[in-house]
Amino acid sequence: MKGTYLGEFEEVVLLAVAIRSGDAYGATVVNEIEQQMNRAVNLGAVHSALNRLYEKGLVSSHMGGASQERGGRRKRLYSVTAAGRRALEEARQLRNQMWEAIPTTTWA
Amino acid sequence: MTKPTEPQPPRPVGPRWATRLLHAFCAPHLVDEMAGDLDELFQQRVGTIGLRKARLRYIRDVLSLLRPFALKHKPTVQHFSKYPQHSSFHPDMIRNYLKIAFRNLGKNKIYSFINIGGLTVGMTVAMLIGLWIYDELSFDTDHLNYNRIAKVMLQQTVEGNTSTSEWVPIPLSTALKNDYGSDFSHIVLTHQTGEQILANGTAKLTQKGYYAEPEFLEILPLKLRQGARSGLNDPGSILLSESLASALFGNTDPINQLVKVNNKVAVKVAGVYPDFPNNSEFRDVAYVLPWTQFVADQEWVKRVEDNWGVNAFQLLVQLAPNADLDKVSAKIESVKATHAKDEAKFNPKAFLHPMSRWHLYSEWENGVPVRGRIQFVWLFGIIGLFVLLLACINFMNLSTARSEKRAKEVGIRKAVGSVRSQLIGQFFSESFLVVFFAFALSLLLVQLALPWFNEIADKNTSILWNNSLFWALGIGFSLITGLVAGSYPAFYLSGFQPVKVLKGTFRVGRFASMPRKVLVVTQFTVSLALIIGTIIVFRQIQYAKNRPLGYDRNGLVSVRMNTPELMERYGIIHTELLQTGAVVSVAESNNPTTGVYSSDNRLDWKGKDPNRPVDFNVVTCTHDFGKTVGWQIKEGRDFSRNFSTDSTGLILNESAIKYMGLKHPIGERIKWANETYTVIGVIKDLVTDSPFEPVKQTAFRLNYEWTNFITIRLNPKMSAREALNKIEPIFRKYNPASPFDYKFVSAEQDQKFRAEERIGKLATLFAILAIFISCLGLFGLASFVAEQRTKEIGVRKVLGASVFNLWQLLSKDFIVLVLISFLLASPVAYYFMSGWLKQYTYRSDISWWIFAVSGLAAIGITLATVSFQSIKAALMNPVRSLRSE
Repeated sequence: MKGTYLGEFEEVVLLAVAIRSGDAYGATVVNEIEQQMNRAVNLGAVHSALNRLYEKGLVSSHMGGASQERGGRRKRLYSVTAAGRRALEEARQLRNQMWEAIPTTTWA
Repeated sequence: MTKPTEPQPPRPVGPRWATRLLHAFCAPHLVDEMAGDLDELFQQRVGTIGLRKARLRYIRDVLSLLRPFALKHKPTVQHFSKYPQHSSFHPDMIRNYLKIAFRNLGKNKIYSFINIGGLTVGMTVAMLIGLWIYDELSFDTDHLNYNRIAKVMLQQTVEGNTSTSEWVPIPLSTALKNDYGSDFSHIVLTHQTGEQILANGTAKLTQKGYYAEPEFLEILPLKLRQGARSGLNDPGSILLSESLASALFGNTDPINQLVKVNNKVAVKVAGVYPDFPNNSEFRDVAYVLPWTQFVADQEWVKRVEDNWGVNAFQLLVQLAPNADLDKVSAKIESVKATHAKDEAKFNPKAFLHPMSRWHLYSEWENGVPVRGRIQFVWLFGIIGLFVLLLACINFMNLSTARSEKRAKEVGIRKAVGSVRSQLIGQFFSESFLVVFFAFALSLLLVQLALPWFNEIADKNTSILWNNSLFWALGIGFSLITGLVAGSYPAFYLSGFQPVKVLKGTFRVGRFASMPRKVLVVTQFTVSLALIIGTIIVFRQIQYAKNRPLGYDRNGLVSVRMNTPELMERYGIIHTELLQTGAVVSVAESNNPTTGVYSSDNRLDWKGKDPNRPVDFNVVTCTHDFGKTVGWQIKEGRDFSRNFSTDSTGLILNESAIKYMGLKHPIGERIKWANETYTVIGVIKDLVTDSPFEPVKQTAFRLNYEWTNFITIRLNPKMSAREALNKIEPIFRKYNPASPFDYKFVSAEQDQKFRAEERIGKLATLFAILAIFISCLGLFGLASFVAEQRTKEIGVRKVLGASVFNLWQLLSKDFIVLVLISFLLASPVAYYFMSGWLKQYTYRSDISWWIFAVSGLAAIGITLATVSFQSIKAALMNPVRSLRSE
């Protein structure tokens, strides 16, 4: 097992899946990240991140319906699992904890 | 929203090739969703950032998707992911592939031998030819001014026949210097010497060299090992090549020592230069003598110093740094015509022949450059490629044929969990291993065969271990062969569905053996064409060799009179030679019987067309010449001592009579220069020049002064060795200065076939190897077919088929293929070989039996090859093959 360590990009992708809850698949995740971060993201990078998240059990997937704008192809819909949610919370908590630890003089 | 009735504009789509790339390299179960995502994003982006940028992003996304995970990971087959999945190209896997490949090679010994052996032979041939071509192409390239050096050549038209020659008159040099001096850095007159004797005490050598003006050293940048560059300025000096210097002086310092040339003049060694490399047009230049010495020594040269009509010298030039060769060449075209008014009627044209073309493009026909040696470069190059192709065809054929047998293996491997990429890896490892072995072996073979090859080809090449081009070509070729040969099993077989193969319902399509048949036909077409070509080359050589010479060459010896002593003492030598009893007769002439070097255009006779220029070979000889060489008198009589008038008598050959159009030649008066001669006899044509060309009109006359060669007819009752032993002391006694240098006329005559024989030998070699490779392939295929049909053979046997029936059954298919090849090869070979024969005026025909013989030979060889396997199969006990079912 690679463990549940969450990489920075993986975290972003996982968050995007959470935001797009119910409608998270490759293209929408890319859109979400591009909007939120205001930078171009490669589909391949997103796919491999989703794949890794899947391997770690942080997301689950099922095949969704086809739509006209996809040229009639089906999509794989992702949703955050309980373990995924825990990982996100842990990450957030870790950050908060570190934020708390910063002495006030630092920004002077 | 648009209404459904309105025609919709076509949806924009991403670049087609990128989509195709995705489909080719993405795991099948992922393609659908990936393509969907790509498409969706693309549609959005067309709206936001424009079509062009959207396409770029599409391409970027496709490339980013081509990742290993997409190839291997299969979330649908959940249980696999429980086990660690290694990459198919993990070092451990590769080690495993190689191990299995090795075992496979060892298990199928015959198959491995055929594959490796055939490929080795093919690669060896290709490498040898490659080295040969490399040597041919690299001629003279190591001269520093390679691109700026040229020979001045002249074209003249006589009677509509344009001749092109490198022989030019001396004043051309001065004219070029005066008129176009700024276009040249150097203009150098040279003259190639014949064989001359160079002596230092008892060390005597016969060598060829050059007379040249001092700037010769600048053109060819000769870097002297010893001595001064100013050497050629001094008329009494000589430059020696390193090997000649060490032959003459051993380890002692040669500088300022004396060398005697032709026992006439003594010259001082002024310098020693490194030998010219073997792939240089100057390779036999063993020494360089100053031009001034040539002029001083040879009276006639002094006389023609201003004569535009005597074309006997070579003019080397080096272009000025900013001059363009073609432009200068065009500029100097009329130089001879303007300076020599009386030569203008021959329409002389001067042009530059650059050094880069000396070796490969130095043949002209009627003023037009024709393909010279370059045609051999092409010919051998093509043969090499073909032989290599044959070997590759075998390799591919056998691996595809065998792969059908391996379908089951693929099924089992897949069933126990191999993934496709691992099978691909396995098959490629096997083919690369074979190619690698073949490459290594062929390097070894080339190394072993080189001395022998060099001898046949008259070369001095070696493997270019340090040449990166050599390695790049060799390794590149090996990789391509491995890829091509391995690709069929790797990509086709690895795609089989295990269920189908293992259930036994798997059938190779009806046309699966079609490509194999095409390849076999290709192989045999090439082999047959080579065989036919070889036979024709040999027949041509034999034909010319058997040409009646008009004289008896056996027991005829010719000795060049190379010192003044020899010329002066001819009379006494003549008498003493006859006294030994080893000699039947002796005569002198100005040319040996194997070559005529002088021609004359001053003949005139009654009835001659005054507008027609004449050109005769003129041979001067002594009384016994005819008797010695054994010519045949057709009309009139030979020269005789009984007629003092014979000093103005002339003997013509048949060609001359035809040329002059004389009905009754005997007694005819012929004016020559300022004298009148009478025709006393006509002889049958003597083949003196090329055995492939028609005999030239020739006149013989008596002369005891103008002679250069002694021709001796040995006593046929004595062995040649014995006779020569008796002759040699006489020459030693009267001509101590030079080595006794004799040549058998028959050997000299054979020399003329050297070039043709060389091609013949190489062509035979290649033809044999080609047929060998083809047969290896056939043998492999036959064994494969026999194996494939063992069950059928068993059933047939049980039902009463005889061994002969079975043999027929198995051999028939191959014979048909060979027959098709024969039908293809014959016209191709005919076309090319009749083209080759056209260059000879005296040539053999291409008769039908050549084709019949090669066709029968091919069928015979095929049968012999195939029969071994088919008879083996037919003799097998059917119980063994049928028991399993």
